[in-house]
Amino acid sequence: MSSITPHHFLILAFLLFGVGFLGVVIRRNVLLVLMSLELMLNGINVALVAFSRAGANLDGSIFVFFIMTVAAAEVSVGLALLVALYKKRKSIFTEDMNLLGN
Amino acid sequence: MSGPDLLFYFFATLSLGGGLLMVFSRHPVSAALFMIVSLVGVASLFVLLDAFFLAILQVLVYAGAVMVLFLFIIMLLDVGPGGAKASRLKFLSGVAGLISVGLLVILLLDLSLGAMEPSDCSADGCEDCSETSAFAWPEIREETAANGNSLVFSPSVKAFGFGLLAKYMLPLQVAGFLLLAAMVGVIILSRKSTGEEGG
Repeated sequence: MSSITPHHFLILAFLLFGVGFLGVVIRRNVLLVLMSLELMLNGINVALVAFSRAGANLDGSIFVFFIMTVAAAEVSVGLALLVALYKKRKSIFTEDMNLLGN
Repeated sequence: MSGPDLLFYFFATLSLGGGLLMVFSRHPVSAALFMIVSLVGVASLFVLLDAFFLAILQVLVYAGAVMVLFLFIIMLLDVGPGGAKASRLKFLSGVAGLISVGLLVILLLDLSLGAMEPSDCSADGCEDCSETSAFAWPEIREETAANGNSLVFSPSVKAFGFGLLAKYMLPLQVAGFLLLAAMVGVIILSRKSTGEEGG
């Protein structure tokens, strides 16, 4: 890579994180909120791997491995919670989950 | 602009465009498919960064397992586009989204300006500025052993496994235990919700 610096990867990572954050904030569907969370974690992973490669240090790459593990566990638990919630409320939209809000 | 640069911009566009289409797509199934496009783009970026094992892991775990789980849940819950309720953006959430994106743009501008401008060392004429203007990625060495307590970056799975089993043994065990706890928790969660539904 001649003219691509870690700076490029860092900007891309921030943009991925921002797009994911936008999805978490504006979407009403809990499924899409979970997907956007995955996108945020992916942005962080890109930044970590870029720094790991630029610094010639493997620790960042190994940390990405753990982030992937935790993300998989988080998604499975979140989807199970969503299914349980759907059985009670018959909806997966966040505005219907207002038991405490009124 | 050489080949790897074009590849970087292509895959960056792929991951960012997939993410944006995922956020703004109406139907959950198309959102999941756009998410797969984005994840494959990120995996290709890992290949560009010589992290081959992580790229394979990204495709296997995210695009292979997590997104299939998402599609399975979409099928199970039978969610459609959601009608006007899901597509209508509330005023408050629109404002929050604008504020978040605005803060992100400010952050990015600050970062890029701070990184682009030559630092103070131009005054005393040291040679660090030439290094920052033309960044050189470190050469990949094929040694797998750790020197001192820091592991040297290497694209091989051998080095990755060595680091995982030597330096990060305890976190690896904790991650395995976390997966076990998540599995048990999901089983109990889905079993109880069906068991108590009749009562």
